[in-house]
Amino acid sequence: MELGFSAILRRDLLLAFRHRAEIANPVIFFLIVVTLIPLGLTPESSRLAEIAPGILWVMALLASLLSVEGMFQSDYRDGTLEQMIILPQPLYLMVLAKILVHWLVTGLPLTLLAPLLGMMLSLPEAGYIPLILSLLMGTAVLSLVGAIGAALTVALRKGGLLLSLIVMPLYMPALIFGASTVQRAVDGFPVDGSLAVLGALLAFSLLVSPFATAGALRVSMHG
Amino acid sequence: MLFSDVSVSLKLGDILQVEGPNGCGKTTLLRIITTALSPSAGQLLWQGQNISQVRQDYLHNLLFLGHLPGLKQALSPEENLIWWRRLNQSQVEYCNSEALARIGLSGYEDVPCSNLSAGQQRRAALARLLVTEAPLWVLDEPFTAIDKQGVSELESLLTEHSERGGMIILSTHQDLGIPGIKRLSLRQESLGQTALAQSSPFTVDVA
Repeated sequence: MELGFSAILRRDLLLAFRHRAEIANPVIFFLIVVTLIPLGLTPESSRLAEIAPGILWVMALLASLLSVEGMFQSDYRDGTLEQMIILPQPLYLMVLAKILVHWLVTGLPLTLLAPLLGMMLSLPEAGYIPLILSLLMGTAVLSLVGAIGAALTVALRKGGLLLSLIVMPLYMPALIFGASTVQRAVDGFPVDGSLAVLGALLAFSLLVSPFATAGALRVSMHG
Repeated sequence: MLFSDVSVSLKLGDILQVEGPNGCGKTTLLRIITTALSPSAGQLLWQGQNISQVRQDYLHNLLFLGHLPGLKQALSPEENLIWWRRLNQSQVEYCNSEALARIGLSGYEDVPCSNLSAGQQRRAALARLLVTEAPLWVLDEPFTAIDKQGVSELESLLTEHSERGGMIILSTHQDLGIPGIKRLSLRQESLGQTALAQSSPFTVDVA
């Protein structure tokens, strides 16, 4: 059982390394867009600081959404997915491994890059730790939730728009509590509450998403 | 409705060739046999039991090579084989490089599959046949893009497997030079409907 999980995990990390130029796309997108904000809006640090928590979270969400479409696509196109479905191993564990890889190559780098970009948007000092913590959990929720949408639309030729429509409403709780965590910290309020909600969201999606994704993949393959 | 009245039963050592015109449902039939699709009617039996009861055991004994064999383009044939073996928990003591050499890919072990020709990619996928323990092989058009010499090598590989007591179901338009091969001809009756000259609803019984 554990074998399928670790084999997929290591194979996909190797594949991600081979495709590192593509994999870097969401991170580069995040970097470019956030860099453009001070240029397009205002270089004034007091006004930037006001919108920094929201901007950072929205852009991280979009960057994650950008990459989630490809989560199962290459596996579907080259027949690997068909092979995975008929392996005598639980599909949800293999799916969980793929989600973990997605988070490791997008969510984690986005989280690590965010403080740097926060500095560019003159995010107040109190916001950095909550920003990292909320993104660390939040991007994992985004990968888990996005996987369900990616699995549902994998067999469609142009599933990108549909995927956004399916996934966006499900992203909202993570965005609301993630951005408000940072905002509250900046305003000097305690953040334990909203971090706890994010943690609960993560726990819930960790429980539900692998099963839902595995089911959605089977449905997509049968069509 | 794609086909009806299809009934096949395989014993140890049998090779079954599924043939028929394009679009008659060969791939669909094979995908049903691998449980990737579920039939709208009929049943699939493994050792006399319905597949839903013995699915895990059945999948342990199954090797499937589809149209798209699941090769990762960024990986070399050897890496592809290694990961396939890990996922399938293949314990065969057959060296990967030996398998690739026998399948005709010596010298290409470390070239990414994206740089190989269609025939070489097919061979890289077929190398799995040498490192599997599964007795039942389901091969969808295994001869696609393979050269003449490759075809005869593959034929001897299939014969060997059948002599060891393995079972093979394959779809191909090629006339195979394997003695004692069973044939299942799907024929197109009217548009989108295929029937078979045998009786009873869809049953596949694999001993």
